[in-house]
Amino acid sequence: MTEFNPSRRKFIQNTAVTSGALIAAKLVPEVEAKSVLQPAQATTEPANVNVLLKVNGSEHQMMIDPRTSLLDALRERLHLTGTKKGCDQGQCGACTVIVDGRRITSCLTLAVMQEGHDITTIEGLGTPTNLHPMQAAFIKHDGYQCGFCTPGQICSAVAMLEEVKAGMPSHVTADLTRPSEMTIIEFRERMSGNICRCGAYSNIQEAIAEVAGVRT
Amino acid sequence: MKAFTYDRATSAAEAASAVAKTTGSKFIAGGTNLLDLMKLQIETPSHLIDINDLGLDQIEPATNGGLRIGALVRNTDLAANEYVRRDYAVLSRALLAGASGQLRNQATTAGNLLQRTRCPYFYDTNMPCNKREPGRGCSALGGYSRMHAIVGISDACIATHPSDMAVAMRLLDATVETVRSNGLTRTIPIVELHRLPGNTPNIEHTLEPGELITAVLLPKPSGGTHIYRKVRDRASYAFALVSVAAIIQPDGSGKVALGGVAHKPWRVESAERKLQRGSKAVTKELLANARTTHDNAFKVQLVERTLASVLNDAKG
Ligand SMILES: Cc1cc2nc3c(=O)[nH]c(=O)nc-3n(C[C@H](O)[C@H](O)[C@H](O)COP(=O)(O)OP(=O)(O)OC[C@H]3O[C@@H](n4cnc5c(N)ncnc54)[C@H](O)[C@@H]3O)c2cc1C
Ligand code: SF4
Ligand code: FES
Ligand code: FES
Repeated sequence: MTEFNPSRRKFIQNTAVTSGALIAAKLVPEVEAKSVLQPAQATTEPANVNVLLKVNGSEHQMMIDPRTSLLDALRERLHLTGTKKGCDQGQCGACTVIVDGRRITSCLTLAVMQEGHDITTIEGLGTPTNLHPMQAAFIKHDGYQCGFCTPGQICSAVAMLEEVKAGMPSHVTADLTRPSEMTIIEFRERMSGNICRCGAYSNIQEAIAEVAGVRT
Repeated sequence: MKAFTYDRATSAAEAASAVAKTTGSKFIAGGTNLLDLMKLQIETPSHLIDINDLGLDQIEPATNGGLRIGALVRNTDLAANEYVRRDYAVLSRALLAGASGQLRNQATTAGNLLQRTRCPYFYDTNMPCNKREPGRGCSALGGYSRMHAIVGISDACIATHPSDMAVAMRLLDATVETVRSNGLTRTIPIVELHRLPGNTPNIEHTLEPGELITAVLLPKPSGGTHIYRKVRDRASYAFALVSVAAIIQPDGSGKVALGGVAHKPWRVESAERKLQRGSKAVTKELLANARTTHDNAFKVQLVERTLASVLNDAKG
């Protein structure tokens, strides 16, 4: 259970950053953006909460503002900056991480909601000297250009293949009463939640197909 | 985002009474709609009650011969459930046509039903919107309204309900099971859950303050060919311009519901009796009293053509 701790530093409302503010404002991490504002209005603000996050096999205890998304907790508190913030609205997939074996968009869940769950980020999938097969395949097939969407693509692809293996259907599965198949058409549909602004899709597709053992 | 306090509910009744007692509090399930709107300060709850630990994540055969779907069942699991795939395929199809793999892993049955409109002016806090700020006016009327509703609209709001799943639930005559803040339960036929905008587009459903959805019940399977056809601007990961959910029996009779055309899933039972006469006759009655704008007038023809294609597919 989460405990409230009223003695901790309080944050003020983030009213300065409206949706009409410049994009630049969005690039300032939530937590830091708040701390530079005047603390005078802070009196009625709710307290930070104590959260234990299990990320890539290790546990991290932290005091956070309940507003903190899982994405911001990973990036700003744990400095796991592999996970990217693209849209912060569930629309691009750059923030995809794997929770209890399932891919989710970490921008649309709160860190406090993920206590007790197993979180895997791109850093937990593999390291430069010990790459996950999907990471190696992305490099081999040039599955990126700028690389911003890549950690999300890779986390998504790894969990996606597990979904197909488990027989989960998709929008393009022809017969719902039969297990779904490992095909390029299935992969394309299932990866639609990951947008690549550089349009590296065809190479991403080849990387995934290779890992899945499917010929393109 | 406005600051809030956070708590995890341990029982459904407690959660319902806690939300009713504390003004400004809200349930959070998957969070995929609520958090998005909170970031834009369109939703500004001061207290969140996390209902993910309530154990409402089971799908089980119901005593009526149908299925009982827990409110917290994830969209992915509902779409993949073997009974749903076999007996309520239109529901699987509708779910799989919505959002993305990542989002369906988070999104819940109840949260999906209660998701709010994707009207771009509702999302743009610099623009007047009666749904966000009652009385301010509707920017979509006279604005860009290509995605907007054509039936059941009012002078106050022409927004659509964005859910694909809800269209299939409406077609299947689902009922919603709830627990109220006084601890009593009730069931609501899905047709009565969502409201038309009228003069109060800010009130979208008939749940009482604090009323918690605990399950959705499906009646006995009806057989027939199940089809969900969604027409959208991209092949995947986009909201519907128009969608058609249908169950067609071998003799050509059946039922049909529409998404993307109204403030709620749209179904007109009397129109269904004309299914054997073809899509023109059905559409005429389904969309009788349609009021279109310059931008969305195409939806009338799109419904008719999509329905024609669905009826053709149903012939096998
Ligand atoms: C980029 C993007 C694309 C999308 N595309 C589609 C699409 O194509 N088709 C589609 O249908 N949907 C689409 N969605 C919407 C998605 O399906 C919804 O966000 C999701 O279903 C909401 O479920 P949730 O559990 O996350 O709800 P939450 O965000 O947790 O809650 C939504 C609302 O329901 C209330 N609530 C939740 N559970 C209960 C309960 N048990 N009782 C009472 N009240 C409750 C909450 O208080 C809140 O007001 C898309 C979303 C995104 C972000
Ligand atoms: S259509 Fe409804 S939601 Fe959209 S701007 Fe008008 S009042 Fe707001
Ligand atoms: S940053 Fe989460 S989906 Fe874009
Ligand atoms: S590689 Fe640049 S966005 Fe995908």
